[in-house]
Amino acid sequence: MSDTVGLVIAVVVLLNIAGALWLMWWATRGSTATAAQETTHTWDGNLTEYNNPLPRWWLWLFIITIVFALGYLAFFPGLGSWRGIGQWSAVSQWSAEKEAADQAFNQHFAGIENKDLAALAHDPGAMATAKNLFALNCSTCHGSDARGAKGFPNLTDRDWLWGGGPDTIYQTVAHGRNGMMPAWGPVLGPAGVEEVAAYVLSLSGRPADVQLASAGKARFETLCVACHGADGKGNQALGAPNLTDSIWLFGGSTADVKESITNGRSSKMPAQLERLGDTKVRLLAAYVYSLSADQAGTPDQPHE
Amino acid sequence: MSELLAVEDQPLYAAHMKVYPREVDGRFARLRILTVIALLGLFYVTPWVRWDGRQAVLFDLPARKFYIFGLTFFPQDFFMLTWLLIIAALSLFFFTALAGRLWCGYACPQTVWTEIYVWMERWTEGKWARRMKLDKAPWSVEKFSRKAAKQALWVGFSALTGFTFVGFFAPIRELAAGAAAFQLSSWELFWVVFYGFATYGNAGYMREQVCKYMCPYARFQSAMFDRHTLVISYDAGRGEPRGARQRESAMRKQGAAVPAGTAVGGAVAAGAPAAKPLGDCIDCTMCVQACPTGIDIRNGLQYECIACAACIDACDVVMDKMGYARGLVRYSTQAEMDGAKRRLLRPRILLYACGLLLLIVGFAVAVTHRLPVNVDVLRDRNALYRTLDDGEVENVYSVRIINKDQHAHRFVVSALNLPNAVVDCDAPTQNVGAEEVKTAVVRVRVPAAQEHGGRSFNMLVRSVDEPRLTISTRTRFFAGP
Repeated sequence: MSDTVGLVIAVVVLLNIAGALWLMWWATRGSTATAAQETTHTWDGNLTEYNNPLPRWWLWLFIITIVFALGYLAFFPGLGSWRGIGQWSAVSQWSAEKEAADQAFNQHFAGIENKDLAALAHDPGAMATAKNLFALNCSTCHGSDARGAKGFPNLTDRDWLWGGGPDTIYQTVAHGRNGMMPAWGPVLGPAGVEEVAAYVLSLSGRPADVQLASAGKARFETLCVACHGADGKGNQALGAPNLTDSIWLFGGSTADVKESITNGRSSKMPAQLERLGDTKVRLLAAYVYSLSADQAGTPDQPHE
Repeated sequence: MSELLAVEDQPLYAAHMKVYPREVDGRFARLRILTVIALLGLFYVTPWVRWDGRQAVLFDLPARKFYIFGLTFFPQDFFMLTWLLIIAALSLFFFTALAGRLWCGYACPQTVWTEIYVWMERWTEGKWARRMKLDKAPWSVEKFSRKAAKQALWVGFSALTGFTFVGFFAPIRELAAGAAAFQLSSWELFWVVFYGFATYGNAGYMREQVCKYMCPYARFQSAMFDRHTLVISYDAGRGEPRGARQRESAMRKQGAAVPAGTAVGGAVAAGAPAAKPLGDCIDCTMCVQACPTGIDIRNGLQYECIACAACIDACDVVMDKMGYARGLVRYSTQAEMDGAKRRLLRPRILLYACGLLLLIVGFAVAVTHRLPVNVDVLRDRNALYRTLDDGEVENVYSVRIINKDQHAHRFVVSALNLPNAVVDCDAPTQNVGAEEVKTAVVRVRVPAAQEHGGRSFNMLVRSVDEPRLTISTRTRFFAGP
């Protein structure tokens, strides 16, 4: 707001208040007759109306309202660009409330930064809170049951794109991840894509044309091994998925796989540390770890 | 503007004239004392009543749980309150159309608390005439001590009122312990003081001004009157011309004859047998002195009249003393005053009564047959559906089970009207504690290629331990195109 606009608003507001005061003075001056009179209005032939005066304390209510208005305008923003004595703003009130809530939350989980995340995953109280945090912050993409959707990984299985150790999960939640599969369509051509797709499907034991697959194997070994490894088991350092376990982030049909190879894929896990704070990120990491920790077998270790 | 000018010399504001209502005794005064004791007793005693080891009536706002004896209401039951308010509104229509402002005269908190505050005023400052004299008298030790005693009673009773009110919202026993130790939380203290002050101001000072200037019901109740509504009326045909006179017995001794053709109990002006005959009103102004809103009922029905019937009691005493029939001021209808017959049962009254009866019976049935379990089913919105590796299609739902019962229940979830559906829950049975809200994540799966597009089905939540608690909720299942 420019100074001139602010000044105009302030003057108009104050003039209005002064006008209200003047109106009250104008209306109450004069006669002191006490008998009730009729207003001289007549309806339906014989209905008349008394002009009964208001009680005097009602006048005081008006004056109190004006005094309140002046006090309010002094304390809170309202007079043009005047910020008020208390410097109050909606944002500052919100931040204060959020800070208090965060503080209470962190107080409740004090000492969490020294706690082993795997142990935290077995704390029922903490996990009940973490479940709510997940529902609030994560379920939009990963689903209420954490089983994901197309492009959003299932968090309840033992297949990990970036590693399933508790600290790795913490890294993923705190700082986010960027997954990128380049588009191979221009390099491979339609026939090449067909062959590589057949080979990739065969890696997971899916029905695929043997001839196409063997042709695709040669292409795979020149183009894809850099990220997905010679055995196709992926590389968690790069977030390159394991192609041999029949778990598909972007769908496992022939058409889906061909689409992935032709146009590439890109996915992003946003960083949460700045948004949620360390305590909540730790709780969430422990919760995500707990979703698959009780299943048989050991979590995937990073592949070489 | 000319209309404004016509009343220009009239002040817009007038100083308040304090009303000193004269004490009366009679049928209606006793009826009011009864209602005052019953209603205030209900208010002050209810929060102390125990039920099942807890406060019987407690509105726990922070927890959003509302206990009324054996029933627990959640915010989901809010429509019940709407229903109750509709019943309250219709009863106002019914009673007002039948007998005028019964609510104002006997049951309104403003009337009820004012009555108590007037009693306290009477105990400390004496009857109305003494109070009037005391207010006019210069300050003295007696005046000061009487006023101080009154203020002490008023403030004490106000504090009790504010405390009791808060006791409906915070457990009153803990509140009492806190108050005894001067350890109320700042909010509790604020509301105790706030409601205490509101009672003190309204019942001690504002009194009839609340009815005259502030209350909207006072104004629109008159819109529900008709010619057959019972209202407190002065029988002008019998009372006029009014005038002072000697007692009839005294006049009879003097041999004054009752002129034929005059109204019942008609008399002639004392000492002037030849003057024109007088009506029954002896113009003693007892009805005016008794009026708590300071009006003269003989001027006809006025909006200030709260129908407390104090003037009826006052007049009946005078009529008895004079040896005239009671009821110069009485509950009567306008039609009756105009010489027509009294007709209380009118189509309007019957209609209101039927509607009221229907609503009350419906409400009673709804409350007693209410299922103490609510279920909300929320579909996951981001992923419309999920295709599993073997082609099965899966949808995910959050099923919120709200157990309003005072016992824990175990629930199983199943799908109705969705063929071959497999329902997967994070636990096979959901244990929901007493008054607990629990969200279960439910996956519903159908075989490959069975469904195309969307279809409605019912999510069935059934209690294993009490089959009566079965809730079917309609929701949608989505598959690929």
